Amino acid sequence: MNNKDIWEPVIGLEIHVQLSTKSKLFSGASTDFGALPNTQACNIDLALPGVLPVLNEEVLRMAIMLGKALNANINSPTAFARKNYFYPDSPKGYQISQMDKPIVEDGYLDIETSKGKKRIGVTRAHLEEDAGKSLHEDFEGFSGIDLNRAGTPLLEIVSEPDIASPEEAVAYLKSIHSIIRYLDISDGNMAEGSMRCDANVSVRKKGEEILGTRTETKNVNSFRFVEKAIEYEIKRQIHQLESGNTITQETRLYDSQNNTTRPMRSKEFANDYRYFPEPDLLPVKLEKEFIEEVLTSMPEMPTQKKERFSTQFNLNEYDADLLSADKDFADFFEEVLKFSVSPKIAANWIMGELSAELNKENLNIKDTKVSSKMLGQLISRIEDSTISGKIAKDVFTKMWSTGKDVDTIIEEEGLKQVTDDKEIESLIDEVIQNNPEQLKQYQSGKDRLFGFFVGQVMKVSKGKANPQQVNDILKVKLEK
Amino acid sequence: MDLHKFSISQLLDGLKNKQFSSTELTKHYLKRISKHDDDLNSYISVTEDLALKQADAADKRYHDDKALPLDGIPLAHKDIFCTKGVLTTCGSKMLANFEAPYSSTVYERLNSKGMVMLGKTNMDEFAMGSSNETSYFGPVKNPWNLRNVPGGSSGGSAACVSAELAPVATATDTGGSIRQPASLCGLTGIKPTYGRVSRFGMIAFASSLDQGGVLSRSAEDAALVLEAMSGHDPKDSTSLNYEAPDLISDINKPIKGMKIGLPKEFFEKEMPEYSQKSIQQAIEVYKNLGAEFVEISLRNINLSLPIYYIIAPAECSANLSRYDGVRYGYRCNDPKDIDDLFMRTREEGFGAEVKRRILIGTYVLSAGYYDAYYLKAQKCRRLVANDFLEAFEKVDVILSPTTPGTSFKAGEKTNNPLEMYLQDIFTIPANLVGLPGLSIPCGEHEGLPLGMQLIGNSLEEAKLLQFAHSYQLNTDWHKNMPNL
Repeated sequence: MNNKDIWEPVIGLEIHVQLSTKSKLFSGASTDFGALPNTQACNIDLALPGVLPVLNEEVLRMAIMLGKALNANINSPTAFARKNYFYPDSPKGYQISQMDKPIVEDGYLDIETSKGKKRIGVTRAHLEEDAGKSLHEDFEGFSGIDLNRAGTPLLEIVSEPDIASPEEAVAYLKSIHSIIRYLDISDGNMAEGSMRCDANVSVRKKGEEILGTRTETKNVNSFRFVEKAIEYEIKRQIHQLESGNTITQETRLYDSQNNTTRPMRSKEFANDYRYFPEPDLLPVKLEKEFIEEVLTSMPEMPTQKKERFSTQFNLNEYDADLLSADKDFADFFEEVLKFSVSPKIAANWIMGELSAELNKENLNIKDTKVSSKMLGQLISRIEDSTISGKIAKDVFTKMWSTGKDVDTIIEEEGLKQVTDDKEIESLIDEVIQNNPEQLKQYQSGKDRLFGFFVGQVMKVSKGKANPQQVNDILKVKLEK
Repeated sequence: MDLHKFSISQLLDGLKNKQFSSTELTKHYLKRISKHDDDLNSYISVTEDLALKQADAADKRYHDDKALPLDGIPLAHKDIFCTKGVLTTCGSKMLANFEAPYSSTVYERLNSKGMVMLGKTNMDEFAMGSSNETSYFGPVKNPWNLRNVPGGSSGGSAACVSAELAPVATATDTGGSIRQPASLCGLTGIKPTYGRVSRFGMIAFASSLDQGGVLSRSAEDAALVLEAMSGHDPKDSTSLNYEAPDLISDINKPIKGMKIGLPKEFFEKEMPEYSQKSIQQAIEVYKNLGAEFVEISLRNINLSLPIYYIIAPAECSANLSRYDGVRYGYRCNDPKDIDDLFMRTREEGFGAEVKRRILIGTYVLSAGYYDAYYLKAQKCRRLVANDFLEAFEKVDVILSPTTPGTSFKAGEKTNNPLEMYLQDIFTIPANLVGLPGLSIPCGEHEGLPLGMQLIGNSLEEAKLLQFAHSYQLNTDWHKNMPNL
């Protein structure tokens, strides 16, 4: 029997989401990325003697929206706690976080994988401040510390150990990513660290109730790496156990170059964080009216949007799903429909030609060279029969490379569709005249040659003749 | 002119009437400091140049008829309040070189009222101590007897006001650090309701207990300065959402018919005879003024000291983690690596009492001990609060001794921390509950002053000062000053 049939993995994810507030969680310093070291660290971020934290209320709105999207409870009052540990880039010697009474608790998220739908429990999501960065590369014999990031707000979203495969882990992670992008509470950029994922993995024999010893694999910075790291960790643990060894509870680091994980520190030497309520901040009471106000201003979420797309636009499930997964794509889609009519054609163009070009150049939809307006106008020229769908593809390519709009290109290239009956008739006459042999065969019953004539007409019209009209007129002429 | 004998309102009159200038007044005090402070060691920094500059600015405002409410009045700040461009040491080697790049709200407020800073006063290291013997800058002497301690942790503020080296001083009180030195130096000292005075820029010892206040020579002086430094501060999330209270308007109102509670638990404690006598005399004074006395019970009050010595060290163990030698303050020489830097910086930079409290605090927060110590202490703290809540349904203020006795000899208790901690047995409950408390002189023993404590209900500083002022209108204890 394959060992995969004997063992089952148990996975829980801790996802740190950097919130896109203008200023920090407890200070007025800017959170902009990429400034010179320590230029965005104020007295509070430096933890000077005597300074005090003041909560940035913007984060409450963001957390409330996330809580709603995760079908969770919003705790009021919600309280902050100190998590104590010494580290050079943790200026206070403690991190302000949440322990009891996290702002978001007891939620769930429905995910979909090749095996179908599944509900993943969300234990909690709490607010905390980010640490600074230690810089080792640029210095000889000592290290530098950049506190620009210190105090940046984070939401840590902790899942229940409900995840049973690397595929489910990625689906869950992507779903969270989609939600935070929809809510516009974070840019979710994993490579830049604004979304970070730690994976808790253990394995046990199928049918067993007791959880195996788990490891925590830290800071895996892409969807693919999350999948790979978990895959590796499951294999490693199974191998260990089958070789008669035990699993050490420890924190591990994922090495993406070698696709392995290696121990970072053992939990035996782990910090005792000595959490206790933060005396500098009173518990925050969230008034009902405030929560309601936040919820009414909340944008449509992926599942709602998907549903609306299928009912309002009559899209099939596959299209609706693809278009709603990414908010920017969904917004683009609806923008296109301001300039064109058919949702199905718009969907096809976005997921077809547009996505292909974006992928080719590794561009984000926000950086597309053919804007929603340009694409919408292009589609409308198909819809009003100015150009055929086939020509439209060439036009799109030209639009992409030149940035010109559809009408300019049609004009410049003389691509306007031929819809005049007389003009088409004369084209057809020309083709019939030049192909007497085929005409004879057709008239003696070889119906399949109809397509040949259509093709010839389109060819001599350089694709500009309206195909429907060509069909109609050709039929009449050939019967004669 | 004996300008150092003037009360603040007398000084304000003199300045307004141009009897003397703020510059003259400031120079007068600076001269006294240079003459007497070598013996007392009450100041860590004397900011002479800044003081004269501020005094000159005040004089110009008087000249232009644009005087501020406390314009030109000198004062001393406890060296726990950050003052931009001036050393702020907190009495520690750790911050011996620390020049704050910003000022505390307390400093800003008093500065904006025109007050002139003479300097920064000595204190127990990080405000941990009751005798001012833990300061890195050496012990402070009690002006009444140089072999005795002035109390702590605001010992420098108390000694300098008592020795008339400043008309008034700011101070802080976490477990009695204003009231106990007030008692031992013969001063009026008030700790307001928790949250009245902003803690922004006041270096933290125990965040949920620390509160800024005033050491002065009379209730009236205390009222003027406390009012000026109080009020909501958006930079301190625990600051109360109230404007500064009016502490002056009602200070002369009679206390006739008002009720004073005497907690029987306090009077059951063993007390020297002279203490009992002084308190008894004070009770008589109040009776003659028409106050009624009610015996009350604060059933859980004896839990206060143990609660305090769990919560205060717990909070301090985290608050003092930032002193790691990385960004500012003391750093050990030639650290081998980052752990060596952390460990030796803290080993060398902190004194014994601070380390003791960090250790206790770390212990009571540790996994497996948290519930038994910290959590239990917080629960008990609520019990003590409920006792006071109940009591204030029956009485206006609560009267007790401030300290178990008068000032003690330097070195007498340094090797016995527990006995030192007992100094604050009467004062700690007000901090645990966040209530306002004050101490005023009410007697003496063998040439040393002694105070009594009044505790008020939340936000009732005005009433406390009214009680203190009535007493001072009818007694002379507060007028006694030491001979230097």
